[in-house]
Amino acid sequence: MALSAPGGGAAAARALARFFDGDVWFSFRTSPVAIVASLIAALCMFCAVMAPWIAPHNPLDLASLDLIDARLPPAWMAEGRSKYLLGTDDQGRDILSALMYGSRISLFVGLASVLLSVVFGVGLGLLSGYAGGRVDAFIMRVCDVMLSFPSILIALLIDGVGRALFPNAHDTLAFTVLIIAISLTGWVQYARTVRGSTLVERQREYVQAARVIGVSPARIMRRHVLPNVLGPVLVLATIHIATAIITEATLSFLGVGVPPTSPSLGTLIRVGQDFLFSGEWWITIFPGLVLVMIALSVNLLGDWLRDALNPRLR
Amino acid sequence: MLAFILRRLAQALVVMLTVAFIAFMLFQYVGDPVTNLLGQDATPEQRLKLRTDLGLDEPFPVQFARFVGNAAQGEFGLSLRQGRKVSALIAERFPATLELAATAALIGLALGIPLGVYAALKRGSFMSQVVMTGSLLGVSLPNFLIGILLILVFAVVLKWLPSFGRGEVLAIGPITTGLLTWDGIKHLLLPALTLSLFPMTLVLRLVRSEMLEVLRTDYIKFARARGLPDRSIYFRHALKNTLVPVITIAGLQLGAIIAFAIVTETVFQWPGMGLLFIQAVQFADVPVMAAYLCLIALIFVVINLVVDLLYFAVDPRLRIERSAAGH
Repeated sequence: MALSAPGGGAAAARALARFFDGDVWFSFRTSPVAIVASLIAALCMFCAVMAPWIAPHNPLDLASLDLIDARLPPAWMAEGRSKYLLGTDDQGRDILSALMYGSRISLFVGLASVLLSVVFGVGLGLLSGYAGGRVDAFIMRVCDVMLSFPSILIALLIDGVGRALFPNAHDTLAFTVLIIAISLTGWVQYARTVRGSTLVERQREYVQAARVIGVSPARIMRRHVLPNVLGPVLVLATIHIATAIITEATLSFLGVGVPPTSPSLGTLIRVGQDFLFSGEWWITIFPGLVLVMIALSVNLLGDWLRDALNPRLR
Repeated sequence: MLAFILRRLAQALVVMLTVAFIAFMLFQYVGDPVTNLLGQDATPEQRLKLRTDLGLDEPFPVQFARFVGNAAQGEFGLSLRQGRKVSALIAERFPATLELAATAALIGLALGIPLGVYAALKRGSFMSQVVMTGSLLGVSLPNFLIGILLILVFAVVLKWLPSFGRGEVLAIGPITTGLLTWDGIKHLLLPALTLSLFPMTLVLRLVRSEMLEVLRTDYIKFARARGLPDRSIYFRHALKNTLVPVITIAGLQLGAIIAFAIVTETVFQWPGMGLLFIQAVQFADVPVMAAYLCLIALIFVVINLVVDLLYFAVDPRLRIERSAAGH
């Protein structure tokens, strides 16, 4: 895999060439679902990352808003204006631009939470599997307890505690609390998977050889065991991105997610829900569509990756 | 057997104590109870007196023990936001959530089992592919979005059903229910349907895979060879054997349904415990949060325990497996 290639440019190029020649790329080329899903995911990513440069309006710039433009339907409907392709919300904000900025925030929170979960979960899993004994028993008990509660409840609880601890938190802190809340619900599956593979790997000769020549446990875990247990983590993490984005959207929808000054997709849906009854469906339906598109495409990609990396399914 | 029960009970107790400890820490470090009770302008003497009266000057373990004792009696103090007893608030909201969760679980089972059987029997047919794709969509669509879509279709466009609140409820003693009035049932329909999608998908997929498994076994082939009618083979012989895991999962999910009700209740403004909890989180209302947390934990632990024991009682094979696995 290109990711694990050490060394300079030549090595990277070789790894890349090997990747394009390999099974995974072949499986990708021959799977229409994977191609379409990755195109959609890439499009969403592109719009989200490039939002400040490609969005037609800046939804965060209050000065540019005009109340006369409020609640305009999408451009293809009778009262729509071509200036606002997907219509505007109650404050005259362009929905399309709000969507781009919103998915930027959703993706950021989702990716950051997954990254934190992976670091935390893989670390604890390695420790649990390698150290064994009491440490292992304790970590696994904690996992059991975490697993017996639905993740949304745990995230809500941590978020609630964070809010109670810092009642007047500024935006950065609110983001941090949210990301920690989401990532603390997700680390368990990584810990369990990595622990399982570590238990197998630590019996192998190369680990024993490293131990015999006096390599420290921390170094064995990091340099020898870790690269060999990361395969399944990659698959889990891909699917987890979709879950994390949905969790973020749910928390924001419930009004306990991202601060209102930087609306994510969930916040947009929450705000738009109030306008359903006056017929302004576009304010809430479009953010919902984007959310589903992102979640579905990432999920399909994850499914494909799981099958592609598992030789037994071929 | 006895050792197993005792071990499970001990585990349940540890979980409950952990949750109680978290709730206790909330009380200790989030907000000052003395300021909450007396207000900002109390004199230091008043504060000191209340501190002694409340036992806040006692050692940590003593305070924790008292907290657990109170919690066990359902005593969590006053809600910071509403100024009423938390136990009364919860008791008032609990029937609404229970009504919603139970209806959702029933709808999930009533639709999930037949659809799962159908998808297994007619594997590969167009309709069963539609069912399976639909169930995949049900998993990847966030719950609140489904609720909003249902509101848009049935309440806004078609105007058939109301979209918020419980409607008209009847009080039977301390319990209120909307199940006995037409208005109440109409209000219940959309939220219950939204909430039921998650257990329905789960049951559907489980029944399908279990049925496929069972249909391959020898005793089904034997039943076929005996010339039994299809209906009898599928429902009397095959389905019956898939139901043990289905009931277990459904039971275990009851707790999850109550937790997911938080989202559904927010979408439909259903006056249940979930809405109470969300408002508590928004306003950092610690006593309500702590009480909800302990109650949910209790529900989960009890359900887990009962299901474990039932499973154990129903399927003799498990006793051997469990002891072999060293549980």
